[in-house]
Amino acid sequence: METIDILTMDYQHYLTATEIAAIEHEASIMETREAAGIEALKVVQEHRGWVSDESLFAISDLLAVPVAQLEGVATFYNLIYRQPVGQHVIHLCDSIACHLTGLDSVLSAIKEYLNIDYGQTTGDGKFTLLSNACLGSCDKAPAMMIGTAHYQHLTAESAVELLQQLASKGELDD
Amino acid sequence: MTEQIVNNSVKPLTQWVNLQQPLAFDDYCQAGGYQGAKVALLQHQPNEVLEIVKNSGLKGRGGAGFPTGMKWSFVPMFDDDDEDAPDNKYLVANADEMEPGTFKDRLLLEGAPHQLIEAMIIAAYTIGANKAYIFLRGEYHLAAQRLQQAIDEAYENNWLGKNIQATQFCLDLYVHSSAGRYICGEETALINALEGKRANPRAKPPFPQVSGLFGKPTIVNNVETLCNLPHILKNGIAWFQGIAPNSDAGSKIYGACGRVKTPGLWELPMGATLREVLYQHAGGMQEGLQFRGLLPGGASTDFLVAEHLDTPMDYDSIAKVGSRLGTGGLIVLDDKNCPVAMVLNLLRFFAQESCGWCTPCRDGTPWAVEVLARIEHGQGKIADLDTLAKLCDFMWIGKTHCALAPGAVEPLRSALKYFHDDFLQHIEHGCCHYNPASVAKRTQVSQSHTNQSVAANPTMAGQSYE
Ligand SMILES: Cc1cc2nc3c(=O)[nH]c(=O)nc-3n(C[C@H](O)[C@H](O)[C@H](O)COP(=O)(O)O)c2cc1C
Ligand code: SF4
Ligand code: FES
Repeated sequence: METIDILTMDYQHYLTATEIAAIEHEASIMETREAAGIEALKVVQEHRGWVSDESLFAISDLLAVPVAQLEGVATFYNLIYRQPVGQHVIHLCDSIACHLTGLDSVLSAIKEYLNIDYGQTTGDGKFTLLSNACLGSCDKAPAMMIGTAHYQHLTAESAVELLQQLASKGELDD
Repeated sequence: MTEQIVNNSVKPLTQWVNLQQPLAFDDYCQAGGYQGAKVALLQHQPNEVLEIVKNSGLKGRGGAGFPTGMKWSFVPMFDDDDEDAPDNKYLVANADEMEPGTFKDRLLLEGAPHQLIEAMIIAAYTIGANKAYIFLRGEYHLAAQRLQQAIDEAYENNWLGKNIQATQFCLDLYVHSSAGRYICGEETALINALEGKRANPRAKPPFPQVSGLFGKPTIVNNVETLCNLPHILKNGIAWFQGIAPNSDAGSKIYGACGRVKTPGLWELPMGATLREVLYQHAGGMQEGLQFRGLLPGGASTDFLVAEHLDTPMDYDSIAKVGSRLGTGGLIVLDDKNCPVAMVLNLLRFFAQESCGWCTPCRDGTPWAVEVLARIEHGQGKIADLDTLAKLCDFMWIGKTHCALAPGAVEPLRSALKYFHDDFLQHIEHGCCHYNPASVAKRTQVSQSHTNQSVAANPTMAGQSYE
């Protein structure tokens, strides 16, 4: 049986040429390659939906940043997913303005409709539900973000309606 | 539109804001944009601009209210031929805005991106920085797009890049989108984040002004702070000080959220009273609700109550009544929302966003959450109030590595003071009197949580919480 020496394994082939180009562009702007780490994680996530161990090793290789440091960065942030997520990731604001204006009923309605709790993905892989710190829509609370779109003035009904629309069409009209 | 701009001289920061479609480069110039930067670059030496900013009385709008000119003056300056000169200095606009209840910078970023760019040119010129970053929270996608577009236009029109407007001054400006973590707003954590490290705050000294980003002199300023600069340069110190009737110069973007009639943002002369903002601008409480209290400047400020409503919202006056101006965004509590639940929500935020670097905060914030949850769910005891008071002490200024934990203490300790009766009622009646029906349900949700704390607490043993 052959053995593989992990230490000398080259992970870079896990990244596509497009990904490498995007990461190199970020690295060229910053003073150090290390500083492009967070952008690199975002690039990979944009292409693959989440950051797998292989992707993490590959970025670590490419930027010459220790894996442990990169993992420390990756797990630090709310918007980097280190586990597979659904097609649509719901970031529901659970901070104070939303709490004061009816978050509870929006949350229960979403949980009931999707039949999942925070941190879970629906069986059909369509939705993941996460909480998010204040989304800066406090004057239009309650609020949530899905992808790059922000939704405000939510009610139990409007939130579920939005999700129904998403589930059927796969995308939302803004 | 144009007329409005001319008449709007007391609203310098928001006069050019257009959320639908921010002013493109030509329109921004026509409205009077880039004139402040022209005054700075073409008529003044950097040290002269520094004097102007110092004498204007501009204070930081990022929360702490530190005088901007003084902060800049700590940046070492060098002659062209000085061998000790660092190869660069940096300017960073702090656009991380994640403080719950704060949404003012978003207005400036999405509504008037050129204003921030012009401001950063002035600031970078003054401190001698040739590279600048806008550290933007990851959720503000629209702002990222609009800023990048404005930056591209500024490059095309020689307001960024090499030899700006035929001067010796060069500046490159980049947008860095973060990925969602409140602590990145703390300026030394922000610097670590920009360097690609885990965003724990750094020890001070050295202060960033001397050794910051990549070990070089660095200034981090809030977006709103910076956006004042074009107007100060263009209109002068006397004009800036004339806007406000008191010792704090200029205008301030105040906000209000919670169950008020018309939540929103308003640019007013610095020193409008809490009452004015709450009743004249936010329209007072919604139908059927009474005012209970408010946080005057975001989640990490102390509660104020009815007796404080005539306090002007400037740094000193708000400090005198025991709170902080913070970000100037009111979070308003009504009489049908539970104060204990409100504080629980706030502390949950701080516990979740604690970076975990120092023990008082890493352990103290979740502990406070646990105790507050127990009280809110009707399982608190009188001794819990002492525990909370003690935690406030453990996490106070000087005992933690950064200001996040003391910020978490502020709403907690003031709630213990102003809403003492509410805490007592929860404990005495074993339920939340604002929401008695929800207790059973909530208890269920936090079952594992409470069981743990109950088991660890012999005095509570034997009681049933099923
Ligand atoms: C936990 C924490 C979070 C902060 N978040 C922000 C923020 O999002 N935006 C900001 O401008 N300042 C924030 N600050 C304050 C900054 O550390 C810094 O004081 C500010 O950017 C300085 O700008 P100024 O002098 O213009 O006010 C935060 C501070 C702490 C302790
Ligand atoms: S106070 Fe909290 S956020 Fe600040 S360094 Fe300590 S653990 Fe981190
Ligand atoms: S608290 Fe939810 S958007 Fe600010």
